[in-house]
Amino acid sequence: MATKNDVKKLAALARISVEDASLEKFTGEFDAILAYIGQLEKLKLPKGKQTKPALRNAMREDGEPHAARAYTEKLVKQFPAQEGDALSVKQILSHD
Amino acid sequence: MKKPNEMTIVEAARALRARSFSVRELWDACIEAIRARDGELHAFLEVFDADERAIAAAQARIEAEGDSAPLLCGIPLAVKDNILIEGKVASAASRMLANYRATYDATVVRKLKEAGALFLGRTNMDEFAMGSSTEHSAFGPTKNPRGLSRVPGGSSGGSAAAVAADLCVAALGSDTGGSIRQPAAYCGVAGLKPTYGAVSRSGLIALGSSLDQIGPLAKSVEDARILHDAIRGKDPLDSTTIPDGLYPQRTVPNTFRIGIPDFVNRTLLHSDQPLGMLAKKLTDDGHTLVDVALPTNQYALAIYYIIMPAEASTNLARLDGIRYGCAARGKTLLDDYVLSRTEGFGEEVRRRILLGTFVLSSGYIDAYYHKAQAARSLLRTEYEKAFEKVDVIMTPTALSAAFAFGEKKDPLSMYLEDLFTVTANLTGMPAISLPIGGGGQLPVGVHFTAPHQAENLLFGIGEAVGKAQGA
Repeated sequence: MATKNDVKKLAALARISVEDASLEKFTGEFDAILAYIGQLEKLKLPKGKQTKPALRNAMREDGEPHAARAYTEKLVKQFPAQEGDALSVKQILSHD
Repeated sequence: MKKPNEMTIVEAARALRARSFSVRELWDACIEAIRARDGELHAFLEVFDADERAIAAAQARIEAEGDSAPLLCGIPLAVKDNILIEGKVASAASRMLANYRATYDATVVRKLKEAGALFLGRTNMDEFAMGSSTEHSAFGPTKNPRGLSRVPGGSSGGSAAAVAADLCVAALGSDTGGSIRQPAAYCGVAGLKPTYGAVSRSGLIALGSSLDQIGPLAKSVEDARILHDAIRGKDPLDSTTIPDGLYPQRTVPNTFRIGIPDFVNRTLLHSDQPLGMLAKKLTDDGHTLVDVALPTNQYALAIYYIIMPAEASTNLARLDGIRYGCAARGKTLLDDYVLSRTEGFGEEVRRRILLGTFVLSSGYIDAYYHKAQAARSLLRTEYEKAFEKVDVIMTPTALSAAFAFGEKKDPLSMYLEDLFTVTANLTGMPAISLPIGGGGQLPVGVHFTAPHQAENLLFGIGEAVGKAQGA
């Protein structure tokens, strides 16, 4: 059972806020989904044999994927705030 | 006689070469159809201005090269709003990216441009491809052209509706758990989810990276094949793309062994049901039906709704209001993140982010995410084993025909829409939905899955279905 507090805590972890007004409905729906996916508990996996996802190594060789500054101008255009080519953000360390 | 916009890729390509109409006239016919019908359908979020240079280049190429010009040369396509076209907005139908302009072309878009294809506009979808009806679009839903009170399905609902209403010749969608195939079924068109890795995901706004594939929505199986052939192939920009021949090659048989899984309700195979009627015609044509047992399939949807939100919450963590997209500002940097993400993401997106955060959190990750990964592997093994004795596996695409707007209010009932489609994403196998039934009623879809890299079997069975239906 998820409580309203659990949902609030998850939201804080995910950097999202859920308004108090919709918290109850949201928690109820969340609970129903957890109950549904929780049925996976009943599945008995074959013993002894390790079931790993069938994966292949798909890493590429190191190297430069494109020329330097090829996308800089276009990317900088998307910044909400900038100084030259630098992205401006709030100060996070204070000197007091 | 068919109007240019009503034609398939094959028909339009032939007419362009026969000079029955020009590339410009084909483009204008699509724009005319959009003007006439998209006010009520809302399949498009944006219709692009005509790219005169591209239109002229396509016309010149057809004239110079004739039959050796690519079939897609001069063909106007619609593109789902989560696939990047350089310089155009790509919003994934979210307020979060409402003003985001793509800084590069998705690999599929680059390939289509090289083939001379044209882009009409970007189509509506559920926000970040999360949903089965387009009701989760931040910009309002799309209506089903086969019945305006009905949803077009989702998440590629705009693309499916645009194809079904002849607003374009064909379209691209993306499929994470059925997002091409279910809307294809609801709108009565063909929709293909290729083998995982067959088509590059570079330039696709990610939902679940181990599940996502771009694929075609088209008016015929042949068109789906043409579009798939044009976009597929290994891509250095997506290291999960696979080379040809990674899996054993399968040849298309004259008569198919069609697997019917044990989880398909046998009443659907009665002779008065669309699926039953089709099964009967297929066996009359010499194909055989084979029962197959897939015991882990009953857990497929639960597995999917653990893995997909886990990947989605991870992928969407990059959208924090700092570098691009919705940028709300508060007192502290933390406020900036929380305000931007709360303002930018709709309810369903927030729900899935929380769900993903939950199944990945310490204390729950073993019971949910790791168990789901192990179960996914088991499921894949079961399907591989089943394909030792059948060529394709047949199910319905969805539980019913298109449902009405507002009919599925609680999230879980919407999730159940993906029941038959999620397994192909979990196993990585290719799958296709083809329209059957109809006859004045809402269309439904038949769904076929094939082994990895055996799209040829899907096109083959598609042809057989067409023949059985007297096409």
